[in-house]
Amino acid sequence: MEVRKVERKSLFPVFLHLFFILMSACFVLPLVVVISASFTSEEWLNAGHGLSLIPHEFTTAAYQAVFSNSERIIRAYGVTITQAFLGTALSCVIAGMAAYALSRSNFQFRKVLTGVIFFTMLFSAGMIPTYIIYSKYYGISNTFWIYILPGMAGGAWYTMVFRTFFKSLPESLFESAHLDGASELTIFFRIVVPLSTPVFASVGFMILVAKWNDYTTSMIYIRDEDLYTLQYLLQRMMDEAKFLKSLSQSVIGNITLNTHNTPSETLRYAMCVVAAGPMLLIFPFFQKYFSQGLTIGAVKG
Amino acid sequence: MMRAKTAAGQAQPSALAKKKSIWKNKSNWELLLLCLPALIGYIVFNYVSMGAALVIPFKDYKFSQGIFGSEWCGLENFKWILTSTSMSRVLRNTILYGAWFMIVGPVVNMTIALLLFEIRNRKALKTYQTIITFPNFMSMVIVGYVVYALLSPKTGLFNQVLTFFGQPPTDMYMEPGRWPVILTLVNLWKGVGMGSMMYFASLMGIDTSLYEAAELDGANRFQAMLHISIPHLIPLVCIFTIMGAGSLINGNFDLFYIIPRDTSILYETTDILNTYVYRALSNGSYAMGATVGLIQSAVGMLLVVGANLIVRKISPENSMF
Repeated sequence: MEVRKVERKSLFPVFLHLFFILMSACFVLPLVVVISASFTSEEWLNAGHGLSLIPHEFTTAAYQAVFSNSERIIRAYGVTITQAFLGTALSCVIAGMAAYALSRSNFQFRKVLTGVIFFTMLFSAGMIPTYIIYSKYYGISNTFWIYILPGMAGGAWYTMVFRTFFKSLPESLFESAHLDGASELTIFFRIVVPLSTPVFASVGFMILVAKWNDYTTSMIYIRDEDLYTLQYLLQRMMDEAKFLKSLSQSVIGNITLNTHNTPSETLRYAMCVVAAGPMLLIFPFFQKYFSQGLTIGAVKG
Repeated sequence: MMRAKTAAGQAQPSALAKKKSIWKNKSNWELLLLCLPALIGYIVFNYVSMGAALVIPFKDYKFSQGIFGSEWCGLENFKWILTSTSMSRVLRNTILYGAWFMIVGPVVNMTIALLLFEIRNRKALKTYQTIITFPNFMSMVIVGYVVYALLSPKTGLFNQVLTFFGQPPTDMYMEPGRWPVILTLVNLWKGVGMGSMMYFASLMGIDTSLYEAAELDGANRFQAMLHISIPHLIPLVCIFTIMGAGSLINGNFDLFYIIPRDTSILYETTDILNTYVYRALSNGSYAMGATVGLIQSAVGMLLVVGANLIVRKISPENSMF
């Protein structure tokens, strides 16, 4: 009996770790294949061989192709960075201000406005009416504003996350500031914001990731290639052989090569690594903000 | 000291109340001002389109004529949808995937969270969590590339494994039958990190003395999990189920559009209402798409409210609103 108990105690963690190591492999190996693909030579693939975990006939030709015609990518990076950071900052300020007002029990319109905001979570206009209103009546399709304006209020969910956090701040803080003659605006920016940096970091990071990864806005509203986000540029490359070909032809320029020699398949993967790599290396470090925000939000509002 | 203060407060109640009401009023307007940008945002960018969403399905919408210029056409659009041949297929896919994901997602996420909770080695725990959360930060487009690297008929890793075991290679992008499995795996792969983290965070909040007491009473790990950990997660499951109830009719567009690469041969098992609406938009059949969208939104709202109502009946403290 005694022996069995000891045995079981020591075996369970081993299986547990074995399970998670195998699971981790399922998450890491596919990414290794993509990276390895970007370093594999196109000839190897054209000869009918497949991808593997280690690049065959190691070459950086695909990366040279990407960087020799990097204008498109740099522009897409520019659009993505600008819209992501500008949009996130605006959303945080606007949603934060509204959430602060909604968190105050002495605010008379609290119930009505909470309802107005919360309802957008329950019912959405849908893709097509939204498209018609934005592009036909507001004329913001195919402009940079489409990335910034529609999402400026931050969304109901994040407003609720902010509100839940602000409610946990002591009421006496606001009262004493009032007695000192501070306006609500001053209280929000001078007292509430400095005390709420964790929730601003969490929500800000979550919005930033969503905006960084956005491709549907470009797909639906943008026709001008210069205004594509990075993710949509990638999506186009996956979609269209033609698009890819035009890219690799301008890459080769005056060197005459037949199309078989242009690294089209490996170029795709190299492009994917260049587009996704930097942020994927940075994001995991901010993971804790993500989980923090999620746990704040999961408290019943 | 304290008594003196309250006595002074009672001495001049009317003056204080007056002062307080003016203060309250001023602060009321200031708070409204703080809400104003958000309010304008929601009205201009959400409610106006919602209004359009209620009107367009009843019109023979022509883009050039706009919402006001297009003719009313009664229930023509709704009738057209009922008779559309692909509708039953799309509806079936949407609902079946929605229901399936609603069951399999929480079950897998909870299981992983419970298993992670059993790991005592902090460093190993952090490593596993970081690795499985990684895909959460990737856009679906990049996940699409990863899946393509695995499944591509010519170069994909999967076919090489098949050939290695002496099986004939298959082109997954030609076989609709395989896609329910592929899409389920991709969905879990992308979502399990964050999904399990929510449950895990909740587990971390459990008072450890509960487990110590259980151990003293002779409960083993599994029993402690069954009687302490799982009941603790029920409120979270309820909230996710209420919020996700709408997904029964509103699928994940990114997953179903990007991962099968919009391949028409695969529509049999990959086409859902959301991808259908997007195709309507790119074809220019606005009214049809808007009609489907309206039905989706209305049913989705009913589902969320209904789920909340049911949860409120059974355990009021777990309901959302």
